[in-house]
Amino acid sequence: MGNTSSMLTQYDIEEVQEHCNHTFSQQEIVSLYQRFCQLDRNGCGFISADEFMSVPEFAVNPLFQRLLRMLDGLNFKEFVAFLSAFSSRASLQQKVEFIFKVYDSDGNGKVTFNEMLDILRDLTGQFISEQQREKVLTRVLEEAGYAKDSLLVQADFMKIVGNSGLKMEVEVPVD
Amino acid sequence: MSKLNTSNSELDLDRPNIEDYLPSGSIQEPRGKLRLRDLLDISPTLTEAAGAIVDDSFTRCFKSNPPEPWNWNVYLFPLWCLGVVVRYGFLFPLRVLVLTLGWIIFLSCYFPVHTLLKRNDKLRKKLERGLVELICSFFVASWTGVIKYHGPRPSMRPRQVFVANHTSMIDFIVLEQMTAFAVIMQKHPGWVGLLQSTILESLGCIWFNRSESKDRGIVTRKLREHVEGADNNPLLIFPEGTCVNNHYTVMFKKGAFELGCTVCPIAIKYNKIFVDAFWNSRKQSFTMHLLQLMTSWAVVCDVWYLEPQNLKPGETPIEFAERVRDIISVRAGLKKVPWDGYLKYSRPSPKHRERKQQSFAESVLRRLEEK
Repeated sequence: MGNTSSMLTQYDIEEVQEHCNHTFSQQEIVSLYQRFCQLDRNGCGFISADEFMSVPEFAVNPLFQRLLRMLDGLNFKEFVAFLSAFSSRASLQQKVEFIFKVYDSDGNGKVTFNEMLDILRDLTGQFISEQQREKVLTRVLEEAGYAKDSLLVQADFMKIVGNSGLKMEVEVPVD
Repeated sequence: MSKLNTSNSELDLDRPNIEDYLPSGSIQEPRGKLRLRDLLDISPTLTEAAGAIVDDSFTRCFKSNPPEPWNWNVYLFPLWCLGVVVRYGFLFPLRVLVLTLGWIIFLSCYFPVHTLLKRNDKLRKKLERGLVELICSFFVASWTGVIKYHGPRPSMRPRQVFVANHTSMIDFIVLEQMTAFAVIMQKHPGWVGLLQSTILESLGCIWFNRSESKDRGIVTRKLREHVEGADNNPLLIFPEGTCVNNHYTVMFKKGAFELGCTVCPIAIKYNKIFVDAFWNSRKQSFTMHLLQLMTSWAVVCDVWYLEPQNLKPGETPIEFAERVRDIISVRAGLKKVPWDGYLKYSRPSPKHRERKQQSFAESVLRRLEEK
């Protein structure tokens, strides 16, 4: 049993490393490949939503649906690029860019009030009413100097959440 | 370290022993007035999700860990080849012979006993028990099983159940060799199912179907009835509900612990050097698993019969189950994991996600009011 790194050549590893801007070491890429093969049970080259949902820790995450949409149909190279924001070698810019991409569901480079509301809804569920959610979001936006109909770009996100206190790191287990 | 609250009506655990690897997200500490940053900064949630994608404690429980290959150089490789020849060419046919012999003896004694001694129930049951123990010994011999039993052997008393950690269906055979237990098992298809419905039925085994939720009430009733009977065979239950890879234990189902009787824990640990006894039912059929065992050198394992436990005053059945799981895990050197084994077959209930949503929502509303 077991998909060993013998399926991944040195060229493959270097290509993946190039694609993720060297945020992962070669050993980490090998570990990620083993993990990818472990999750991709039917071996079709990408991890289906069902296969992601078989990880209970992922399935109980409030943002699972949004992430599933971003992870849909990714091959291994793209999978590593997706996770690169969580590497300890990733820059603050890359991390903020990732957060921005999660919010920007239509990918037009601008985050609207509704897109922010969508994420807030995922995070709070039925425990805040829709009106209250809108009120809360409007209020904190105004206090931060943004009108309700403002469109936030990545630079705004950098200003708001981008500071050295941002911790978004995951360790890839390397045996 | 963010606490994973795996709470629902079935598994109300307040102290999950979380595996050392879990991404640490910053907990939403009450930090004064709510600002835009606090709503937009989803990094803790994202980190948890990414951590689960990269590695998670649940999948680790079901990973087969093949031992390191040792035949990697020019001296060892011929030795290994010789080993393969001996195992497949000599040991395997010999073992098949032993097993066939065992089956012939068993079947030729079992059917007469079963049909002819219909009136003398006590004697019939005694002989059937002895015969089942015999065929299990033949099975164990067919894998060159070296099993060390520690502790007092199970006795036939009413109002007691035996619980053990589960690695493979051979756990049942290993334990059955010593004592003819009645076991509660998932009904399987194929030749295993045939054995289940004929021979194991006579031991008083109880069947269940994982996918039937209504089944649970019926099964609980059958369990209770069995335990009350004085001359029923001692009952063996695997509370994990699924096979785990003998490095971890998943949460114990409380069913065995709310029957109001003594629980006798049994810990089983296989020695990996000889063969990995974990039956990965998603990857192998039971027949293939048996064949793999029969072409290995030996199955070596330790079985510990541990001190019987009773429900302590003020303890809930779930706490009792966790306490017994602790005892077994410590004895067999297994790590505990806060997951329900049935998550192998189904998704977690949305209640877990809702708890996270609820705690975030409450903190947002609270901090909105602060100055």
